[in-house]
Amino acid sequence: MTTFKAFNRISETIWEIPSSYKKGMRVPARIYATENLLQAMDDGVVEQVTNVATLPGIVHHALCMPDGHWGYGFPIGGVAAMDTRTGVISPGGIGFDVNCGMRLMLTSLTFEEVQPRLRELVDQLFKRVPAGVGGSGFVKLTHSTFRDVVEQGARWCVKNGMGWEEDLERTEEGGCIAGADASKVSQKAVERGFGQIGTLGSGNHYLEIQVVHPENIFDEKRAEAFGITLPRQVVVMFHCGSRGFGHQVASDYLASFLKVMEKKYGIAILDRELACTPFLSPEGQDYFKAMKCAINMSFANRQVIAHRIREVFSEVFKKDPADLGMHQVYDVSHNTAKLEKHQVKGELRELLVHRKGATRALGPGASELPEVYKDTGQPVILGGSMETGSYILSGVKEGDQTFFSTAHGSGRSMSRQQAKKKFRGKKLLADMEQRGIYIRAASLSGVAEEAGGAYKNIDDVVEATEKAHISRKVARMTPIGNVKG
Amino acid sequence: MPYKYLEEIAMADAAFEAWGATAEEMFVAAAEALMNVMVADLETIHQTAKLPIRLQSEDMEMLLYEFLQELIFYKDARQLLLRVHHLQVETQKGIARLEGELYGETLNPQKHDLVVDVKAVTFHRYRVEQTEKGWEATVVADV
Repeated sequence: MTTFKAFNRISETIWEIPSSYKKGMRVPARIYATENLLQAMDDGVVEQVTNVATLPGIVHHALCMPDGHWGYGFPIGGVAAMDTRTGVISPGGIGFDVNCGMRLMLTSLTFEEVQPRLRELVDQLFKRVPAGVGGSGFVKLTHSTFRDVVEQGARWCVKNGMGWEEDLERTEEGGCIAGADASKVSQKAVERGFGQIGTLGSGNHYLEIQVVHPENIFDEKRAEAFGITLPRQVVVMFHCGSRGFGHQVASDYLASFLKVMEKKYGIAILDRELACTPFLSPEGQDYFKAMKCAINMSFANRQVIAHRIREVFSEVFKKDPADLGMHQVYDVSHNTAKLEKHQVKGELRELLVHRKGATRALGPGASELPEVYKDTGQPVILGGSMETGSYILSGVKEGDQTFFSTAHGSGRSMSRQQAKKKFRGKKLLADMEQRGIYIRAASLSGVAEEAGGAYKNIDDVVEATEKAHISRKVARMTPIGNVKG
Repeated sequence: MPYKYLEEIAMADAAFEAWGATAEEMFVAAAEALMNVMVADLETIHQTAKLPIRLQSEDMEMLLYEFLQELIFYKDARQLLLRVHHLQVETQKGIARLEGELYGETLNPQKHDLVVDVKAVTFHRYRVEQTEKGWEATVVADV
């Protein structure tokens, strides 16, 4: 990044761009990053985070997390809280993949127990959790039942035998955000999504079997509270979203917002991907209700996948999933807009918090947290590239500076086209197998695009979030098996 | 191949430029470029299904947008990988219209080298323009 010298350095990891930087900025913008991460960020981040700062009703600062990179409208890693009366809602602040998120599940198995069965496990998971372009799942629904699913989220799955009651309390919003209204969703969105429950999708979506090595536990107390108690314990992490359903909801409303934004509401924006309407307008409220359906579709999607993972482990190890300790640690989104209460200059206000490629990270004591995490803070799941590793973090009290938001992953440092030229899928798979990571991939070309070398170093991202006091390290996970979309 | 992928526009996604001497040629090129993000070899898509397509929009820019979104829709909703058989594009009295036929087949990972799903066509740097040489478009697809 060429422009960073002009920024005000607020602390080692906070860089402020004053509102004088660009005409129309209503608040300053802040980028959270170490100097190294900031220098490596593309200029698009500055351009986009300062565009976000021009949106009506934005409160405090337009923010970008340490894994930030170019997105559409908002940068990936963007966070913006809007006043509910004067502010806007923008699909570009949420992303096309609404409620794309992470889920982490435990096992009571160790690496030594899993390693001999690893190929079988990954092969079975590859069969039972469809991955790849246009993939359809095994849950057969009618359009009308699908509309129930998107209003009820993961709760629908648990009610229908796919999951445990405790999964819900360990999912953001209890796995079902209130106020979803399927009548606000187009028939096209339903047709795109109704066959896709229980599927991973493609691109950077994956399901991974991981090991927590003892030297990678940084906070024993919290690791224990999160259920990581055994040496070389095996866990399962996966990353996916609302599939074609969410993508269509976002596309439908983005196009319709462009038609009314300026003509009806007089809102001028700097980038069409920042299309928005007043939050309280009929269009804004319709989108909010439809987007909540996509949030719920995604919770349901991950709930079905969690159920399949339990089935596969149970079949391979010939034990009940409960006896294999397959509890869910947490399920958390990194693409949403939600109504939340936050302190702003000593005043408790209800705000619409957009997070795009940013994870909610509530500190200890937050009322939204289940009893089991009240003392520790919310588990935050950060997915790394398929080669390098992932993290579990926890939210911290000082997180109020970012509306309790932190990073979501490692973030790309190389384009897909570059990665395809540099890496070969087949060789990558062979190299990784040599290093003890067994992968089943829906596409060899897709694997090349997702090579570890195409991503930022996740350790640097995590370090920046800790230094900035927006989350703290609990443990690092190392991949041993991966189902790749 | 009247399209090329652009590296500098979209780090995490797929951007392309498509062109043609006529609007129809440019629409076909953009459709091929979009499908080529998802399928490595377009020649592996055989003609086992045919599908009529008819769209209208306020201008050429939105017409291309909706046309590409249709291809994404059919990929998810009907599992169909589609190419253009023929199409006609025209603007009359301030309305842009497209009519034609698509062909293709059900996606099959054993047969088609499927790379990555396109989630949506974005408006990021999106542009459709008539030039001296014909028509051109820049499209960034979210993957």
